[in-house]
Amino acid sequence: MDLKLIIQVSYLLASILFIVGIKMLGKTATARRGNILSAVAMLIAVLATLLDSQVLSFTEIFITILIGSAVGTYAAQKIKMTQMPEMVGILNGFGGASSVLVAISEYWKQAHNSGLTMDAIVAVTVVLSVIIGSITFTGSMVAFGKLRGLINGHAIVFKGQHLINAMILLIILVLSVLVVINPNIEVWMMGILFLGLLLGVLVVIPIGGADMPVVISLLNSYSGVAACTTGFVLNNQVLIIAGALVGTSGIILTQIMCKAMNRSLANVLMGGFGQTVGTSSTSGEDIVVKDIGVEETAMLFDSASSVIIVPGYGMAVAQAQHVVRELTDLLEKKNISVKFAIHPVAGRMPGHMNVLLAEANIPYDKLIEMDDINDEFANTDIALIIGANDVVNPAAHTNPQSPIFGMPVLNVDNARTVIVCKRSMNAGYAGIENELFGYPNCLMLFGDAKSTMAKVVGELKEL
Amino acid sequence: MNAETLIILLYVLVLASFVGFELIAKVPPTLHTPLMSGSNAISGITIVGAIVAAGPAGLPVSKILGIAALFLATLNVVGGYAVTDRMLRMFKKKK
Repeated sequence: MDLKLIIQVSYLLASILFIVGIKMLGKTATARRGNILSAVAMLIAVLATLLDSQVLSFTEIFITILIGSAVGTYAAQKIKMTQMPEMVGILNGFGGASSVLVAISEYWKQAHNSGLTMDAIVAVTVVLSVIIGSITFTGSMVAFGKLRGLINGHAIVFKGQHLINAMILLIILVLSVLVVINPNIEVWMMGILFLGLLLGVLVVIPIGGADMPVVISLLNSYSGVAACTTGFVLNNQVLIIAGALVGTSGIILTQIMCKAMNRSLANVLMGGFGQTVGTSSTSGEDIVVKDIGVEETAMLFDSASSVIIVPGYGMAVAQAQHVVRELTDLLEKKNISVKFAIHPVAGRMPGHMNVLLAEANIPYDKLIEMDDINDEFANTDIALIIGANDVVNPAAHTNPQSPIFGMPVLNVDNARTVIVCKRSMNAGYAGIENELFGYPNCLMLFGDAKSTMAKVVGELKEL
Repeated sequence: MNAETLIILLYVLVLASFVGFELIAKVPPTLHTPLMSGSNAISGITIVGAIVAAGPAGLPVSKILGIAALFLATLNVVGGYAVTDRMLRMFKKKK
């Protein structure tokens, strides 16, 4: 039988399964099966590739796959749900790095072995693959470092940053043209690789922590595009199809995240947000806040009939999701309705809060999107804000001078009482005062989210 | 590669991108993280290229690069699918 045909048909089957899998991944009821289906597609593609006549060194391949799988499975089981953004970040980087290595390997083989001629089209695709893959790799690594706290999570900006980036990109383009004209000079290719790696670092360091949902989505998209270009290098359709699916899903998530922050993608990528907006904080100096203790908080909850909880990154940092769930159970036992209001950019990656609350066993139909819950605050007794700040800042509606003016926010101030659980009066990521804290219906419950909520739960039990 | 092959590959790219946009545009926010980590695992499809690159006998430079690519791609694929599955197992509706 013709092995080539078997391989091609297997790739076709894998492509179909990838498409069906990602379609099923889009619905909560079928998502898990969708993921498994796409894993099956991957397995089929891998097995088919092993039939390739160029593949001879099975021992090395199996050992490598075995070690990789063991490490991957171990990491996937060990990782805490609060660390999901960094996990996605680093895996993304590995995907990008792999694309680069495949492209360079193919380049090396062609430029050396086959009589020193390289097709112009192939050269273009190799160059594209190296550029996109290397930016994905180092960009993801920097994002990982920021999320993990290895690198300062704030925006790192310096003078002439954009100019330097533009210069590097220009040099990369010049080198690319040179490589396409004369592919046999490896130094040029290595130059592209090195500058691509450098550019990946430089484009992500000016982007601050709370913009990470955008960056992670975008890098995810890049890793797909990198796989796609590798598909062009190898003339392999399954790489192109799978890469395109990932590329578009990343782009869509990026758009959703940008819209949720009312900022353009260009604005996010230029970075430095929150560093240059000191002017607007002057108006907020006279905010007078009202403190509340855990006992009073428990009493307020006891007399309420409806509560909406607004979680933010602070809840993830404090690992407070489990105690929040205890609070939810307790309130529901007292016949108090509890819902969660989820802002699209709460946390450090798209859907971050949903994952954390799911981990704590809170059913997902309790988590309500911003647009669907915003009108409900007016009929709600207590809005409890845990570790969120900018996403509940009414200045987005009221203060045209505010840097977040126009950003869609949760209208928590419409609730009868707003309780904000927060470590200190420090400003949020955007570096702006939150006038909500001075509102007459707003009470501040200072302290670490986890221990404070635990105390509230304790008080509630005694009531 | 000739221009004809390139055009066919471009057709594949364009059509797959449209399919991607159609499929993913309406994903609910609850699934954003699993979608991201799941699609992240799919981007590890470079594993196919890595296997071919790691394929030849002996130990030329291109093969060493291929082995390295294979290791990273395997991490990406296996880690990505495993962590996505772990997440999706937690998503429950109200009993």
